[in-house]
Amino acid sequence: MIRDFEYLTPKTLEEALTLLDKYGDECKVIAGGQSLLILMKQGLVAPEYLIDIKGITELNYIKSDAKEGLRIGALTPHRAIEKSPVVRNGFAVLAEMENRLASIQTRNWGTIGGNLCHGDPAGDPAPVLIALNANLKMASLKGERTTAIEDFFLDYFETALEPGELLTEIQVPVVPPHTGTVYIKFNVIESDLATVGVAVSITLGSSEGICQDVRIALGAAASTPVRAKQAEAVLRGKKITDNLLREAGQIASTEAEPISDIYASEEYRRELVKVLVKRVSREALARAKQA
Amino acid sequence: MKKELRFTVNGQPYELYIKPKTILVEVLRAHLGLTGTKRGCDSSSCGACTVILNGMAVKSCSVLALQANGGEVLTVEGLAKGNELHPLQKAFLDHGAFQCGFCTSGMLMSSKALLDENPNPTKEQIKEGIDGNICRCTGYNSIIRALTGVVKGEYKEEK
Repeated sequence: MIRDFEYLTPKTLEEALTLLDKYGDECKVIAGGQSLLILMKQGLVAPEYLIDIKGITELNYIKSDAKEGLRIGALTPHRAIEKSPVVRNGFAVLAEMENRLASIQTRNWGTIGGNLCHGDPAGDPAPVLIALNANLKMASLKGERTTAIEDFFLDYFETALEPGELLTEIQVPVVPPHTGTVYIKFNVIESDLATVGVAVSITLGSSEGICQDVRIALGAAASTPVRAKQAEAVLRGKKITDNLLREAGQIASTEAEPISDIYASEEYRRELVKVLVKRVSREALARAKQA
Repeated sequence: MKKELRFTVNGQPYELYIKPKTILVEVLRAHLGLTGTKRGCDSSSCGACTVILNGMAVKSCSVLALQANGGEVLTVEGLAKGNELHPLQKAFLDHGAFQCGFCTSGMLMSSKALLDENPNPTKEQIKEGIDGNICRCTGYNSIIRALTGVVKGEYKEEK
């Protein structure tokens, strides 16, 4: 059963930050609540005050700019991102990821910012945004700050948000030319969380198909979404071959620190990382060649 | 402290006072007596509680009722017009698109949301449209056939 709480509905970011500052540890923020309400029903989260920010329309937007790239307000529903022509054209991997996130009903009400702040290492958006080299903008009464998304996740369900801070915007830089980004998650039921999810972004140099840059991000393979930096080093600066892809997968599976749970054992997850890093990198490479 | 919830359900305006922790499905079933919406897994997995909120299918077990404040909800009770069943309901009957029937209201609401958005879905799009709804009798094929019948225009809405 959910414990009783005081319910507050700020209508602007300013109002929300003021309430957050006032109630500190006693409050919890709800956006779409698609993850939070489950924890509240289980009694794992029982705040005195619930600050409902879903009605703050100023944080619900998708903007795109040839120089700045993509900017998504933290309260943008998943489904809006999935269907956005701007996202589909310039950042297809984001729309593809959203299309496979939970179910349509969840995507209609849940928000991208809520998903990220929940801090579940099995969430879909984080690995894709890490591969896309995204930044997160946060605000508090003291002002704003921006951090690379790969530094945002600290531990299971724990993020870098300070007391009094709200995530306000997801910033995805313009994708460099000759770049391919792909996300694949492995799960048994289509609408489930990832057993393991892998996102890879590969940028080819202009000549001879050398891998100029690569970002490999793993979901549900550690206590947070993580980059497989040693695996990236295998591919960076080289002409990618099947042997190198296999080696990258192998190394990523030793870099990962997965747990065993009801969905999969640690050993099985390492095997998934090995196979998926190879497979996703191969697809990202094919996309980069066409880009 | 109770809070005021004003919203419309199936076109009917309601004004009630509820505890903020009340979930939308509880308001529909316990406060308004609209028990067509089913409470299944209660954890956003099964889709039996699907209703249409402000034009979008949502799982009413996972939405705070107060988040529907000022909104419009459509439940399975709102599909038929008087004694005239909705085309989807007729098609479900004709195709035997249910066995135990527990998933039916959720399936109908997801189907309605799908057809409102895309009146001509392909078979793949139909499958995607109901993939947030589980039928534990595994009657998916007859549900897809029922939807296909509606898409083909075999079940017109009576004017």
